[in-house]
Amino acid sequence: MSRRRWGTFALHTGLIAGAVLTLAPLFWMVAASFMRPGEANQLPPPLWSADPTLDNYRQLFTRLDMLRNLANSAVVTVLATVLSVMVTSLAGYAFAKLPFRGRERLFKALASALVVPAQVGMLPLFLLLRELGLVNTYAGVLVPYVASIFGIFLIRQYALGVSDELLDAARIEGAGEFAIFRLVALPIIKPILVTLAAFTFLNAWNDFMWPLIVLSDSSMYTLPVALANLVGEHVQDTELMMAGSLLTILPALIVFLIFQRTYVEGIMAGGVKG
Amino acid sequence: MSSTLERRKARAAWIFLAPAMILIAVFFVIPVVAGLLLSLTDFDLYAISDPGNARFVGLDNYAHMLTNATFWSALGNTLKFVVIGGPLSLAVSLGAALLVNARLVRLRGLFRTIYFAPVVTTLVSVAIVWRYLYHPRYGLLNWGLGLAGIEPVDWLGDPRWAMPAIILLAVWKNFGYNMLIFVAGLQMIPRELYEAAAIDGAGSVRRFLHITLPGLAPTFLFVSVTTMIGYFQLFAEPYVMTQGGPLGATRSVVLFMYEEGFRWWRMGAASSVAVLLLLITLAGTLVQLRWVRRET
Repeated sequence: MSRRRWGTFALHTGLIAGAVLTLAPLFWMVAASFMRPGEANQLPPPLWSADPTLDNYRQLFTRLDMLRNLANSAVVTVLATVLSVMVTSLAGYAFAKLPFRGRERLFKALASALVVPAQVGMLPLFLLLRELGLVNTYAGVLVPYVASIFGIFLIRQYALGVSDELLDAARIEGAGEFAIFRLVALPIIKPILVTLAAFTFLNAWNDFMWPLIVLSDSSMYTLPVALANLVGEHVQDTELMMAGSLLTILPALIVFLIFQRTYVEGIMAGGVKG
Repeated sequence: MSSTLERRKARAAWIFLAPAMILIAVFFVIPVVAGLLLSLTDFDLYAISDPGNARFVGLDNYAHMLTNATFWSALGNTLKFVVIGGPLSLAVSLGAALLVNARLVRLRGLFRTIYFAPVVTTLVSVAIVWRYLYHPRYGLLNWGLGLAGIEPVDWLGDPRWAMPAIILLAVWKNFGYNMLIFVAGLQMIPRELYEAAAIDGAGSVRRFLHITLPGLAPTFLFVSVTTMIGYFQLFAEPYVMTQGGPLGATRSVVLFMYEEGFRWWRMGAASSVAVLLLLITLAGTLVQLRWVRRET
């Protein structure tokens, strides 16, 4: 073999080894979720069930009532995504295309807020929501996801590319500012809205600490909180816990695979621009 | 442009910004400021039922924290996670980016997607999965090591191994994110530089050291600062896998804050932990910015 072909071979061996290592934990989770109780705890570890079963999933939905948690996660995440896209796109567009006094200063102030860990505000936020009667409600969970500074940056960066002539032409024709935003700008910035929606969905779906703090009834728990709670009493039930883990991961993974291209481009753009 | 038009735009801007700014002010800025104030009080369980029970105590919470062995151990654990886990995760990200971005790769998109998949998984779920992978007797990891003739390790039960185990999980979960950013950075380096170097007879190692690494410098700054900020907030992994044990070896600063604030309801003390975390994160960010500025 030529040197070049050796290089290609070594490269792909490395890539495949990496892919196997990356997927192994996820594959094992899928495999174990279809096993009978105790089957995963054998030596050597079985790679697939000798007698696959859906019983673990049946238990999740009947005895453990996780359909309820799935619904909680879905409601919180969908509401957070819709509200966030509405609120953030308006703000991002204003920063990009509507000059006003103090715009740069306000923008810089928001940027510096990005280094503040969310935990600093979490304790007072909890007390505030308690006063407002929002602890243990959907509204309480989704509050932090709705207005994201990162999202405003993302939209602004993209909206800078909308041509001013186009907006001015609409103004000359007598369109109001909101109509211009909705009819002229929004169709142009639609790709970045999809990116933002995917980001918000995955953040809200996967988040753990805040829902853990703000939700107190197990009937209100989102999936990650319910799962973390469950592992306490069911730590011996490996197969059942793997079914629960897969149930929690699957919606996120599906959303990612659907919006993969725009999601990946969003991350890459954010990183290069800094 | 007429000033009426400018006024009209400015008015529209404020109306468009209002929902976002009000939400950020009420649910982020005010709580952060309140957090600073809360850290100066003895706000506890009694104050939750009647805030009038909270008293201003100055810097007492901070003074107590700085003599609290649990706080120092949590800070030490977190620093271990940041200082070892962060660079390790960046190294894996860079390696993966170089592999995925190599010119001869087929199915580039497929590999990129596979490496990225752990990033979008739910942290709680994969922490549970890895808890079983780390099982001393039946876990996949010890079984694999056994094939190589290595004695089983009690990953999550041994105070020496618990933090390395959490670091390994975090690297697996996160490397795909920075990989993408490195790939974006690699694509910004002009092809011609490599071609010119090849004509000059520079080998692949020298091309890597003299073109790739300097070309990635801005990317490095971005990923190392964002990764560090994120790693300082370690929480769900120890919460799910070890509850901070064994012997407190994986209790992180945020886990400690959570326990103080939401288990024992010592919210004044917990706020001081959060503020200390903020100060440490800021210091870490400044050190990195300083360091980069000196290099260039």
